[in-house]
Amino acid sequence: MMRRLRNVALIVVALAAVGGVYALLVPSPQTAVAQTADTARTAQGRALYEQACISCHGANLQGEPGRGPGLTGVGDAAVYFQVSTGRMPLAGPQDRGYRKAPAPEFDPTTEQGSANLAALGAYVEANGGGPTTPTTPGDQLIGSDVAHGGELYRLNCASCHNFTGRGGVLADGRYPPRLDGATPTQMYTAMLSGPMAMPVFSDQQLTPEEKKDIIAYVVSVRGQNNAPGGFGLGELGPSTEGVIAFVVGLATLVGVAAWIGART
Amino acid sequence: MGLVARALTRGAADAVDRRYSVASAARRQASHVFPKHHSFFWGEIALYSFVVLVLSGTYLALYFVPDTTEVVYTGPYAPLQGLFVSRAYDSALSLSFEVRAGLFVRQLHHWAALLFVAAMILHMARNFFTGAFRRPRELTWLGGVALLAIGIFEGYLGYSMLDDLLSGLGVRIFSGLLLSVPVVGTWLHWLVFGGEFFGDIWISRFFIAHVLVLPGLLVALIAVHVGLVWYQKHTQFPGPGAREDTVVGERALPGFASRTVANGVCVLAVLGLLAGVFQINPVFLWGPYTPTQVSTYIQPDFYAGFLIGGLRLWPRWEFHLGDHTVAAPFWVGLVLPLLMFALLALYPWLERLRTGDHAPHQVLQRPRDDATRTGIGAMGLVFWGILFASGATDVLASTFDVPFEYLVWAGRIGLLVLPPLAFVVVRGVCRGLQRSDRDALEHGVHTGVLQEGPDGVYVELRRPPGGADRAGRPVPLRYGGSRIDRRPDTGADQTEEQR
Repeated sequence: MMRRLRNVALIVVALAAVGGVYALLVPSPQTAVAQTADTARTAQGRALYEQACISCHGANLQGEPGRGPGLTGVGDAAVYFQVSTGRMPLAGPQDRGYRKAPAPEFDPTTEQGSANLAALGAYVEANGGGPTTPTTPGDQLIGSDVAHGGELYRLNCASCHNFTGRGGVLADGRYPPRLDGATPTQMYTAMLSGPMAMPVFSDQQLTPEEKKDIIAYVVSVRGQNNAPGGFGLGELGPSTEGVIAFVVGLATLVGVAAWIGART
Repeated sequence: MGLVARALTRGAADAVDRRYSVASAARRQASHVFPKHHSFFWGEIALYSFVVLVLSGTYLALYFVPDTTEVVYTGPYAPLQGLFVSRAYDSALSLSFEVRAGLFVRQLHHWAALLFVAAMILHMARNFFTGAFRRPRELTWLGGVALLAIGIFEGYLGYSMLDDLLSGLGVRIFSGLLLSVPVVGTWLHWLVFGGEFFGDIWISRFFIAHVLVLPGLLVALIAVHVGLVWYQKHTQFPGPGAREDTVVGERALPGFASRTVANGVCVLAVLGLLAGVFQINPVFLWGPYTPTQVSTYIQPDFYAGFLIGGLRLWPRWEFHLGDHTVAAPFWVGLVLPLLMFALLALYPWLERLRTGDHAPHQVLQRPRDDATRTGIGAMGLVFWGILFASGATDVLASTFDVPFEYLVWAGRIGLLVLPPLAFVVVRGVCRGLQRSDRDALEHGVHTGVLQEGPDGVYVELRRPPGGADRAGRPVPLRYGGSRIDRRPDTGADQTEEQR
């Protein structure tokens, strides 16, 4: 009898131990629960989404075949980049998604526009997460080590965006954009989200400091900054220089020769 | 003052003449007659660009360090401070930012290089289309072809040795082309680079070739080229009194000398303006060369554009001969340019085969006079132009918003279709111009004036280009190889009366 009781007690203790260890080791199931403070913003974002984006990206961000990709997990950074640069929403079926003036309700330079961008981003973020737009203001996204940024830029970015951000050419008639108009926040979110053919540069690949240095380099050399020597000829390299050599240099001297030859 | 200067000059000239007795030779050479035509000054543009190249290059060579050793850049250009760069690149930066007038002289040197080759091409085209290369001037033509080839290579070496990211990619292509040569490719590569790409001695080799070997060759060839022009006398366009056995023009002193000096001063002025106004090859924006980095819009200077265009158009056709692979770039990167230059060099003899014309010629032809030659020249220029434009497919694609694959295919098809088309069209145009000349000579120049005859038929009055004799008969005029006066109003009134 005692022996039987002892066996039962042992089994109970063993079961309790196993169950306890199991409960400790297995994490509780993850459920996305929006914070109550954000609920209003997310709802606003949902409203904006249903106005501007739903026709191509679908009712629950799941995408529409043949019209637009799903947006689950693209994150707030992708929303900020695509919408603040005017790439999204598309103007029509012919719009290839290049930079244009942003829709007035998403203009990042207005207070209402940036609030709407944040709300739309929060809605997308609430459905699957993803990289987020940095909260620091744009001018603080410009790093301090320009030269280091330049080296990283030439290593990671110049193969598509050119030495000084003049853009380039990809296959199938696509173009990496020029970086003239991109704000620091737009460059930062582009690196985080990897729009179109651009790869994603996560914080493991380029630390936030390195991203800021790259932005500092782009800002330091675009718009003929740090480029002495006269008119920059588009910084397209020898192509435009050759045109100038013929159209300005040689043409002038042929005119001079005609003048010298005609003098009596 | 004037008297003193004159006395001094006379004294010096006397002193020289008493010792070397050069007065008669100098007088003879000063009376050397130069035919006058504005296109005869085009070659001089190249000559004076070369003078600017030598002078500016000497200044640059004082500061440039041809060395691949890596140093940390500590100069004033902020976007590069603290980076590892070669001493060559470092010295190019310090030339640009720390040496007095360094950036200006660097830009002057580079613009002069572009103009040197551009003017040679223009000069060569003039000589080709007017038949100036014919006997007895084949050697002058050959020297010109050699000057063009060496000039292109010289320019390439010059911008390559700065060791910036843009030119480094061109050095990589050169290395690949050397390796692509069947059988001896690896040896050739070792000969130039002393090892695998990138190596550490190529800059000093490029430097010696750029500042000593090739300039020496260029100086020697230019001396022979200009000496031959002087010795054989310049060709001339046919005109009043200008025939095979005469020379119509002005004497070397003072007429020709003042013109050529003016031309030289203008070349210097235009180059100075270009160097001061337009940025060229901003190596500080390109960054130092590293094999891991690349950019978009990578082009060589324009004179090497046709080489890159060929590489971009040529399909990836590799041939396997037993164990040997003949890589695709070999055909288009080495064989094609060598073939193009060989055809250019041999053209005087090829034309002799075509025409059977072995006679010496001192008088030039108008491009229309030999329609086939002009057609061949147009064919060559179009072929070269398509290769050249295809070297910039990426710039064209983004500028004109055309997918660049289209441009590659347009270049491939264009390269086969357009040169023959250009030949047919240009030859046709030339023949049409010949017909129009014959028509003007035989039937008179169109005046646009209609006259009603007694029978009510309107006939256009034609002015005889040779004028009319006293009896009102048109003076017959043979085609003399020069332009026919087609102004309808010259003496039109009197012709009308006399008719």
